[in-house]
Amino acid sequence: MRTEINEQALLKGLAVNDRIAVEAIYKQHFNMVQTMIVSNNGGPEDAKDIFQEAMIVLYEKVKSGSFELNCLIKTYLYSVCRRLWLKRLNQMQRFPNTAEAAEDIAPVEEDMAKHEERNDEFVLMERAMHGLGEPCKTLLEAYYLEKKSMMDIAAAFGYTNADNAKNQKYKCLMRLKKIFFDQYKNSGG
Amino acid sequence: MQEIAMLDAIERYIRGEMLPEERVFFEQLRKSNPSVDQMVVEHTVFLNQMNKFGDRKNFRNTLNEVHNDLFEAGSIKERPQARIILWKKYQRVIAVAASIAGIVAIAISGLITYFSPKHSPEVELLKSRLNGVINKQKNFDQKLSATENALDNFKKSANAPTTQGKFGGTGFLLDARGYIATSAHVVNKADSVYVQNIKGEYFKVTPVYINDTTDVAILKIESKDFGNGKQLPYSIRKSGAEIGEEIFTLGYPRNEIVYNRGYLSAISGLNGDTMAYQIAIAANPGNSGGPIFNQSGEVIGILSGKQVSAEGVVFSSKARNIFKALDEIRKDTTTENLHVPLVSGVKDLDRVQQIKKIEDCIFIVRSY
Repeated sequence: MRTEINEQALLKGLAVNDRIAVEAIYKQHFNMVQTMIVSNNGGPEDAKDIFQEAMIVLYEKVKSGSFELNCLIKTYLYSVCRRLWLKRLNQMQRFPNTAEAAEDIAPVEEDMAKHEERNDEFVLMERAMHGLGEPCKTLLEAYYLEKKSMMDIAAAFGYTNADNAKNQKYKCLMRLKKIFFDQYKNSGG
Repeated sequence: MQEIAMLDAIERYIRGEMLPEERVFFEQLRKSNPSVDQMVVEHTVFLNQMNKFGDRKNFRNTLNEVHNDLFEAGSIKERPQARIILWKKYQRVIAVAASIAGIVAIAISGLITYFSPKHSPEVELLKSRLNGVINKQKNFDQKLSATENALDNFKKSANAPTTQGKFGGTGFLLDARGYIATSAHVVNKADSVYVQNIKGEYFKVTPVYINDTTDVAILKIESKDFGNGKQLPYSIRKSGAEIGEEIFTLGYPRNEIVYNRGYLSAISGLNGDTMAYQIAIAANPGNSGGPIFNQSGEVIGILSGKQVSAEGVVFSSKARNIFKALDEIRKDTTTENLHVPLVSGVKDLDRVQQIKKIEDCIFIVRSY
């Protein structure tokens, strides 16, 4: 069926962060999620947060490769959003308007558990990066995240040559590892 | 430095940047050196994390950009919270409903205030409300005076007020020229006041003194013809009364003069009010302003009100407040001075005789 094929295509695009695919999925499903949240004690900012978090869950799922979505994207996103929102409401001690019927809900528990784990790791990483301060943070981001070449980095940061930059990078890296693993141990990971 | 070199090697190894011989050498190193192996594993994990971290960061950025683009293009709209939606939707209806409720509430409280009898919660002031009294009075008079002179009839109704009164009470002469004492609360809200004697004759009066604190008012009959010149049969007592003294009153709780008797219970009024006595006597609306006589026929007070929450507790303003009133009137040079009798002329008579002499001086007071 056409929708199925389309959805597969969209998911493939999503997996590689293809802008057009992301936009299509976003456009198709955001309003529906916003309605659900807004009529359940939430505001438009909440809707944006929750929807984007659900998109991340979906993204990680399709990225992992071993994935087959058995329902429509719409159903999946809706279920995840609903879970996320109820959880957040509980945390904030606010309670939803209605206990909606559990129809059309996809089994998303597993995915969400994984998501939460990953989230925790990322929070650690972010904190460690933050603890690095400058210039290490920007330097490491440039190399590892933005995948810039040593030469470019040397130029941007004002190092005399690529080797110097490289040495600096490793120094920062060692610091980061230390911070990261310290945190990791502390958090009982 | 060593470590940096090692790290560099590891990264190149992981990334596949090593030349084949280097690689072989390195793998052997890994096998033979567990700490090197560990470092390789660690670093692999680390690089993995960084990659994933980077991916996610990028994805987040994409999401935000997409959101903003779609928002600007109008493909997604910001919807406010449901409560706010409901509010905005029903704002006008709610406003109208609220206004109606407000108006109704004000109207009802206005009606209640208008129709409720005005009395302090603890003390019920004994002025009476008058309803359709005038007509009854006229009929009654006319029946009574069927055999009387037609001129007499005319005299009676000539001065009568044309509308129904609002409040009624009792008053008594202080000075035979037409000064009548009554309670302030009977007349203090009136536009005009009339009095009627036992014969049914009406006289228009003007209040010349009203004191709400002592609850004393003095009225002057406007007609210059009033005054039979006779001396008043009773007196106003200057000194205070004592508890246990037997007292009586004459008043108009209805259109006939009514006699009641009792005794003085206390020399202060509600909550220790030194302006009043507490007396034990049957008193009803319309009795307000009536004289309280002691056994000798001396006025010791003016009846004021009864305590709602207690049995047999009635209050009267003390007679000395009348003298206080006279002093203040004296200060005002535009009014003539009053002379109140200080000696009772009915001292030694029995009660029935006392009443016969006194009753001509007792008036119904009607305020409009």
